[in-house]
Amino acid sequence: MRSGDLGTVYSSGQEIVRQGDVGACMYVIQQGQVEVVSGQDGNLQRLALLGEGDFFGEMALFGGEERSATVRAVGDARVLKVDKRTLLRRIQEDPLLALNILEALSNRIRRLNERVTASEGAS
Amino acid sequence: MSRVLDSFTAGSVGLVATSEEDSRPLELIDGSRVAVIGGGPAGSLFSYFLLKTAHAVDLSIDVDIFEPRSFDRCGPGGCNHCGGIVSESLVQILATEGIKLPAGVVRRAIESYVVHMDVGSVRIESPVGERRIAALYRGHGPRQGEDLPGESFDRYLMKMAMGQGAQVVPRLVGGIDWSGDLPRVFEPGQPGDPYDLVCIASGVNSNFLRLLEGSGVEVTPPETTRTYICEFRAADGSAEERLGHSMHVFLLDIPRLEFAALIPKGEYVTMCLLGEDVDQELVHEFLTSPEVRRCLPVDELPCVCQCSPMINLRGVREPFADRLVIVGDGGITRLYKDGIGAAFRTAKAAATTAVIQGISEDAFRRRYMPTCSSIASDNSIGRFMFAFTHVFKHARFTRRAILRKTTVEQSRADGPKRLSFVLWNMFTGSAPYKEIFVSALHPGFIGGLLWNLLAGSWPTRRRKRVASAER
Repeated sequence: MRSGDLGTVYSSGQEIVRQGDVGACMYVIQQGQVEVVSGQDGNLQRLALLGEGDFFGEMALFGGEERSATVRAVGDARVLKVDKRTLLRRIQEDPLLALNILEALSNRIRRLNERVTASEGAS
Repeated sequence: MSRVLDSFTAGSVGLVATSEEDSRPLELIDGSRVAVIGGGPAGSLFSYFLLKTAHAVDLSIDVDIFEPRSFDRCGPGGCNHCGGIVSESLVQILATEGIKLPAGVVRRAIESYVVHMDVGSVRIESPVGERRIAALYRGHGPRQGEDLPGESFDRYLMKMAMGQGAQVVPRLVGGIDWSGDLPRVFEPGQPGDPYDLVCIASGVNSNFLRLLEGSGVEVTPPETTRTYICEFRAADGSAEERLGHSMHVFLLDIPRLEFAALIPKGEYVTMCLLGEDVDQELVHEFLTSPEVRRCLPVDELPCVCQCSPMINLRGVREPFADRLVIVGDGGITRLYKDGIGAAFRTAKAAATTAVIQGISEDAFRRRYMPTCSSIASDNSIGRFMFAFTHVFKHARFTRRAILRKTTVEQSRADGPKRLSFVLWNMFTGSAPYKEIFVSALHPGFIGGLLWNLLAGSWPTRRRKRVASAER
């Protein structure tokens, strides 16, 4: 980790959040990639591959604080924690900030729709 | 058109108003032109968010940033004279905005603060165990720093604004002519160009008030105090080795000294002093104090760059008028801390107001003023908190209690760390003063502090244990 690198570096395969754990922060990827996986041990399905600038863990900000999926580094990945309290305080003053998160969620729904459509087409 | 600007400065009136007919709408439309005076963080962020929001609503506008300095230069010519800290909260919000601070801009990522007092030192780790505070340079670096790799923070933000379409005009503004329908920004000896909106982001250290001369607008100058900033070079690597990834703050009983810090930036160290009439005598007393020498003997290092910039203590109450808005510390900023964070907040609030609500005094009052008022009211609580810290700093037994309580909190993995939370947020500027104040009212905080005041007043076995841990 370089002396000017912000955040935390996770090595390849290292879990950043674990499904079922409780958390009150979201994460922004500063460098590298992470994968979002869900399921039981030995039967994990990759839900998404995220890269620089992407968020994850934001569902803890809007609903239950239990993590709905596991996120782990693919290669070395550097991520920055964003506290729920810091973010909500700023959104109260500047609601437009939430648009960035809505945009990310919207893109994620779009990608899921495409995947569902593609799988229905294949079957 | 009515322009009314006044200040919180005690006893000031600062009120002048003019009226004239305006033939142009008080909103930004396709083809509108915006002049931004000053290309520091406030000016660049205002331009960035103005253009980004305008693109989002399919509005085509032109933005000119007037900035005569080049932030690629070393020394005072390329610098905006600041300690160069981006707070923990701002780093997080920038990341959420999609603005990443690269390692080339961040000279040192800070993960902890070390508090130095005559009774000992204690390290306060980041509550989340992560490097989330950025130490950086506003220009390319101190004098003789031409060989420094990386990029200045101000240049980085300016490039972001340019990426959104802003044009940089590398010339000095001579003044603004307010006599016509539209304000005309002119260079010395030139007639000037008309703009629909003028944003003044030239900061408290420029003579930005001069830009309002003859405009019919008068602003009572913000209340300010001088700071002292000095850059030391430790080419032998001693600064990197001894300061690490920590910012070092000093709570010393030196008359007139309110706050002092050493900020590591690679082989350089930035020293920031804040107080009343900071002069060479005070600087010498600080540099030769045993606490500073124990941390890093900076008085033996060459001072390669120094300045005495002013900081804003009480801002302009209504930093706006029709077709005019002031952002950054020329208008209002947070007391003592997180000036860049306040520049971000005012710049974004003013920019989104201009695009979505309009550029009238009324629009700014409705949508920009709440952000300024929030900062001002929080500063009132901050003044009380700093007065409280001032009292604690000047008595040895209270310093001992702070050290004792913080050392115990930091040595355990679990349990509440209330004093650490208060100190962390006071030093980093990450949380509003109101939130710090509320946490200091918790019975656990008050009880714990009282207990340590008592326990620290006479020798016990535990106190000796704490003292040995400090060593």
